[in-house]
Amino acid sequence: MSQTKTKDHAALAAAFIKDEERVDWHDGALWYIREKRDIAAKQIPEWEELREAASMIKSNVISNLHEYLLQFEANLKKNGVMVHWADNAQEHNEIVYSILKAKEISQMVKSKSMLTEECHLNEYLEEHGIEVINSDLGEYIQQIDNEPPSHIVLPCIHKRKEEIGELFHEHLGTEKGLSDPTLLTRVARKHLRNIFLTRRGALTGVNFAVAETGEYVVCTNEGNADMGAHLSEVQIASMGLEKLIPQKKHLGIFLRLLARSATGQPITIYSSHYKKPREGQEMHLILVDGGRTRQLGRPDFRESLKCIKCGACMNTCPVYRKSGGLSYHNTISGPIGAILAPNLDMEKHADLPYASTLCGSCSNVCPVKINIHEQLYKWRQVIVKEGYAANTKALGMKTMAWTLSSPGKFTTAGKAGRWFLHNIPFVVNNKFNPWYKQRDMPEGPRESFAEWFIKNKE
Amino acid sequence: MNVGLFIPCYVNQFYPNAAKATLELLQKSGVNVVYPVKQTCCGQPMANSGFEHLSKECNDLFIKNFSAFDYIVGPSASCILHIKEHLHSDKNEEQAAAIRTKVFELVEFLTDVLKIEKLDAVFPHKVGLHHSCHGLRGLYLSQMSELNAPAFSKPQYLLNMVKGLEQITLDRPDECCGFGGVFCISEEAVSVKMGKDRVTDHLKNGAEYITSSDLSCLMHLEGILHRNKSSVKVIHIAEILNATI
Amino acid sequence: MTFHVSRFKLRHYQNNSNMNTREKILEAVLKNQPPTTALPDITMFKGNSIDLIQKYMDIFKTIGGSSFLVDDIAAVKILISENFDTAKRIVTTLPELSDRFELISAAANPRSYDDIELAIIKAHFSVAENGAVWLAEEVMGQRIIPYICQHLAVIVHAESIVPTLHEAYEKIGAGDYDFGAFISGPSKTADIEQALVLGAHGPLTMTVFILK
Repeated sequence: MSQTKTKDHAALAAAFIKDEERVDWHDGALWYIREKRDIAAKQIPEWEELREAASMIKSNVISNLHEYLLQFEANLKKNGVMVHWADNAQEHNEIVYSILKAKEISQMVKSKSMLTEECHLNEYLEEHGIEVINSDLGEYIQQIDNEPPSHIVLPCIHKRKEEIGELFHEHLGTEKGLSDPTLLTRVARKHLRNIFLTRRGALTGVNFAVAETGEYVVCTNEGNADMGAHLSEVQIASMGLEKLIPQKKHLGIFLRLLARSATGQPITIYSSHYKKPREGQEMHLILVDGGRTRQLGRPDFRESLKCIKCGACMNTCPVYRKSGGLSYHNTISGPIGAILAPNLDMEKHADLPYASTLCGSCSNVCPVKINIHEQLYKWRQVIVKEGYAANTKALGMKTMAWTLSSPGKFTTAGKAGRWFLHNIPFVVNNKFNPWYKQRDMPEGPRESFAEWFIKNKE
Repeated sequence: MNVGLFIPCYVNQFYPNAAKATLELLQKSGVNVVYPVKQTCCGQPMANSGFEHLSKECNDLFIKNFSAFDYIVGPSASCILHIKEHLHSDKNEEQAAAIRTKVFELVEFLTDVLKIEKLDAVFPHKVGLHHSCHGLRGLYLSQMSELNAPAFSKPQYLLNMVKGLEQITLDRPDECCGFGGVFCISEEAVSVKMGKDRVTDHLKNGAEYITSSDLSCLMHLEGILHRNKSSVKVIHIAEILNATI
Repeated sequence: MTFHVSRFKLRHYQNNSNMNTREKILEAVLKNQPPTTALPDITMFKGNSIDLIQKYMDIFKTIGGSSFLVDDIAAVKILISENFDTAKRIVTTLPELSDRFELISAAANPRSYDDIELAIIKAHFSVAENGAVWLAEEVMGQRIIPYICQHLAVIVHAESIVPTLHEAYEKIGAGDYDFGAFISGPSKTADIEQALVLGAHGPLTMTVFILK
């Protein structure tokens, strides 16, 4: 079977880590956000009960998804929203294009939607003559730098303010060397305001879609989703199938958990509930599969569909903090990305479940209690079974299994290993031994415990 | 009660002193300890890498060696957790299931089964406690920082019994050290960076010794300490709890 | 029971040979979804009503908003003239303020509100745990108003403050609105090196007047 690709997580991470000062800064920034989450969580005595309730609600959703989809669709239509279904990225992008084309719209403003990133919507629209501007500041910065977002909530967390200043100088004509965040934000405010006022088409993501009422909620701090939507003639919402929740009152649970888990805020500044179009406005909602039904059919991995995209797992993950989101080569990165991506393309993303020490921190900050670290372990078994593990790894493992299944072979191997370490260390301590690159090997004691025991105790 | 002593493969080969300390500690507590000499490994290295299906013979050997005991105790949180969660057998599933309920890591065996309340141990040094992730979030040896739940710590409870020992406070009490099994080789750069950051935290807060329930973590941290010519040492918690003047 | 019903539905999709995407997705969902698990009882989640006004004001301050506890609308008028530039365009939905400020027209082109300095509107209620006010479209004047203004001022009644979002959604119910929003402070971003900047694309400031 095929080998892993050249630019896998390990290689990309190693490149990121070379700049140790930058890694420490990136790591510190995300750890700080984890700490803010902790403070917020500890202020709610019922925090763990909320997580359990949210987890159970989402389990109910994925086990009744068929019914909730039909209910949601019926209510959307009652509310005057046009409903579309897309099997994959291509279909989704075509639908967006056709909606805009029908109104002769050639410029669209877009608020944060990881789903549209997955679908590479912007590239598709640009190829077809439609200009798209990302209105979320972090996503705007990534757009002008021609780079995907590195974090689902904090798109340019990996960028220093000086780098952002340089981008603004190049694209918005700001003074060279200007890097003050407030001043840069004011420039973006002015520039994007003009965008909002002139774009007839707006697209948003969906944080929560309520089956009971046919409304959906969009959460932002910047107000950009609303600035785009309420000034547009055509408003489109793109949504993954799994974003449904059954009843209106469940929003109380999820909105109490979302922002606290993501950034430590009690709630995002704006939680906008969209139900019906404005007078004279068209509202569309696109339901997208994009591999979600396939994941739904995987008993060990379907719980990953409970995700509410808060990013808490990324903030806590030491591997993510020290390697950066872009080293995961997938739209959704970090721990949750590593259990979603193999379903999308197992060959391309075979390395991601291994980009983890299985420490379990992610599962314990997850507001919907997804057993991420257990799914990472299980994906490894699937990847090996499907033949995507590197051939050398398989050979090494078979040898190890052979040695460890026999007391005699094990004793011999152990003795041999220690003898080499003790007498001819350079056989082990060399550049071909990855352990040895930055760490000393353990010393080889004269006797193993078993040898000592047999000699002294039996 | 009779206890089967489980000494993980790499502890057996590279850290026999920790194994000896474990044996002595249990014997001092009045336990009848038996060490099955034909044991090898719990199978975690294969399973962790995705080759669970290759650990069947390893599992059967483990069952053969250990099913006769009332308890199985081992000085390694990650190995014990692995057995608790993943020991299965096509031929002996009933015995495997029984073993999964009676396998204990050393610290939790001392606090939960033997319920010891004092130790004749002396270790007059500043000690940093490294919570191995498998011990912490897997075996629940201490409360993890992620949860809004009451604080507790079984290893700290035991360390508090040791005379002269001063426990340091870390900036990040339970961040992973970066060993992670196959990870330490396949993602060497991240693994080492994580280890270096843990070492820095301990050094910054004055540790003379770093201790843990897991020698895999300690082996990894020790490798970094030695490479950087540090005077800080690693020591398995069994050796501290068994230490006398 | 559920199994038989699902089989019946599945056959419906399979019989429809010209399956479009909608049918294809729904069939896949029905086939792949696991056996149903129950919804939890969430009635035990509630806040307490101790010191709600103070709680609200404290939290709103930490979010970067300003709040005033006032006796009446007259007090609001005074505070507005003290804190905002009344020479600039100020709009409101409140008839009580229409002697001083422009009344918002629901029918006007939303873009015509591009230059408003301050919008003064009323909220249905506020939430102590997170500093948010709840506004349905009917009290916004127009949907764009609370977002497009440079500064936002909201009037809310003290006795309408609820402890948590659980009580909030009980109050809202199914909701007879076309659009509604929780707004919990001035717009903000921390996208540039996590430095908090108040005033992203929405208002630069938010002031809440709590009417006793």
